[in-house]
Amino acid sequence: METYRSQDFGDKAEKIRVEKFNLYYGNFHALKDIDAVIVENAITAVIGPSGCGKSTFLRSINRMNDTVEGVSTTGRILLDGEDIYRPDVDVTWLRSKVGMVFQRPVVFPLSVFDNVACAPRLQGTTDRAELVDIVERSLDAVGLWDQLKHKLKEPALSLSLGDQQKLCIARAISVEPEVILFDEPCSALDPVNTLKIEELMWGLREHYTIVIVTHNMQQAARVSDYTMFMLDGRLIEYGPTSSIFTKPQDPRTEKYITGKLV
Amino acid sequence: MSHSRDERRAELVLALVALVSVSVLGLITVFVFKEGLPAFREMGLWQFITGHRWSPSQNAFGIFPMLVGTFMVTLGALAIGMPLGLGCAVYMSEFSGPRSAALLKHMVELMAGIPSVVFGFVGLTVIVPFIRTYLGGPGFSVLASSIVLGFMILPTMVSVSYDALRAVPQAYRDNMLALGATTWQTVRMVVLPSAKSGILAAAILATGRAIGETMAVIMVAGNATAVPESVLDPVRTLTSNIALEMGYSAGLHRQALFATGIVLFVIVTLLNLIARAAIRGGSAK
Ligand SMILES: Nc1ncnc2c1ncn2[C@@H]1O[C@H](COP(=O)(O)OP(=O)(O)OP(=O)(O)O)[C@@H](O)[C@H]1O
Ligand SMILES: [Mg+2]
Repeated sequence: METYRSQDFGDKAEKIRVEKFNLYYGNFHALKDIDAVIVENAITAVIGPSGCGKSTFLRSINRMNDTVEGVSTTGRILLDGEDIYRPDVDVTWLRSKVGMVFQRPVVFPLSVFDNVACAPRLQGTTDRAELVDIVERSLDAVGLWDQLKHKLKEPALSLSLGDQQKLCIARAISVEPEVILFDEPCSALDPVNTLKIEELMWGLREHYTIVIVTHNMQQAARVSDYTMFMLDGRLIEYGPTSSIFTKPQDPRTEKYITGKLV
Repeated sequence: MSHSRDERRAELVLALVALVSVSVLGLITVFVFKEGLPAFREMGLWQFITGHRWSPSQNAFGIFPMLVGTFMVTLGALAIGMPLGLGCAVYMSEFSGPRSAALLKHMVELMAGIPSVVFGFVGLTVIVPFIRTYLGGPGFSVLASSIVLGFMILPTMVSVSYDALRAVPQAYRDNMLALGATTWQTVRMVVLPSAKSGILAAAILATGRAIGETMAVIMVAGNATAVPESVLDPVRTLTSNIALEMGYSAGLHRQALFATGIVLFVIVTLLNLIARAAIRGGSAK
């Protein structure tokens, strides 16, 4: 069946195109013939039961699966029309274009400043003034600047979990990526912090292409413009979030969003 | 019922074994101090430690040359063994696949099992002549001892720092890689700083091993009781001093050797305490 129609995206521009993409962990076929277009300045949610391949799909977009032994892929994923799986693609370059925020906030045992500055440093930025500038801009973008501007030297591990996750987002955007991947970014957080992160993502939407994996259907409904439903390594249905949640085309999607499939 | 009686008997036997081991260790310590302390009283602690002359036939017992010798040889061993060991551990933990890491780990463990006399023998037949021919001096030297010891501390250095590196959460690496870091950048900026207390502990434990090693050093050090002026000069370490002379010593000479043992005991105990503090400091974070 057709999993997306270009008219659904209105005037939004294509950022990522996935073509007949398959991924294997050794012999295990984890992603099966995925075809999809992901557009700019929008939030695309990926939902589906545990183990269906959501994280694997997300990690295919920044080639983090390369770090797993025995992974092989077929098909293509295009970023701005360029196949990111071509052998001559520099994955460090790709990952600076496609940032990622993980399920559990992981701050390094360094100061707040160094936690954010380590990302631009990787790109070779050593100028102190420039780093200070980047850190301020990134922390400001996640709403932490006013709170932390006098605490830049303090260990980042002393922050609350919610603030740690914001710091991780600040770190991800410090290198000015074009795409940000979120893998269940709120599952370790309480409802208040969850809403704050959602608001933050909604604000980032204007400047980035955002893909978020979530287990939480209300969250997908709240924050996303488009929703992909995956099952057993396949993309079952993909379309505007409102229509996925109100009039799903596939009986399996309906079963899942009504809670009859887990 | 007989079950719980067996249990109690086993507990008793094991407690007894533990008690015996601990009291033997305690007795050795007491014995060494009892035999050695009179030497301090006889000639004064300061005189003993700073005296430049060790000449049992003339009742001169100053261990300064041996202290300097131990210090130089140990420092040299660390200069060789630390970068090699840490490099090997970083390679195993961060660069090689899990299978070759396991293979390397096995080889390092095997290396730990090689008797020290074998290291000494290789040093004697390969390193000493090499130094004599190409660098000058008698060959038996600080340098030869440092090289031999540098390799002998590798297993400690590799396995303790490898464990410290593996204890760094994988999530740190994933997050760095996802930011576009290369593996080497990840190691340099996050993995090594996070493991630094464990690596420090590895270095201190390796130092303890280097200070304590005797047999291999005796074979390649030359064992002269003068303060070495260059790394090509012969040298005698504290442990060698005891091993070489204990067999024929008596009276004050014998007490002075035990006193040398006390000095060693204190140094090694201090190192162990520091290592433990370093490990604790690391895990407290
Ligand atoms: N490193 C790996 N090696 C082998 N199999 C893996 C690996 N990672 C994931 N898998 C398998 O691939 C499938 C998809 O995993 P993935 O983590 O992408 O699922 P998910 O949809 O993100 O699940 P969850 O909602 O629990 O996070 C699962 O069956 C999983 O067991
Ligand atoms: Mg997942």
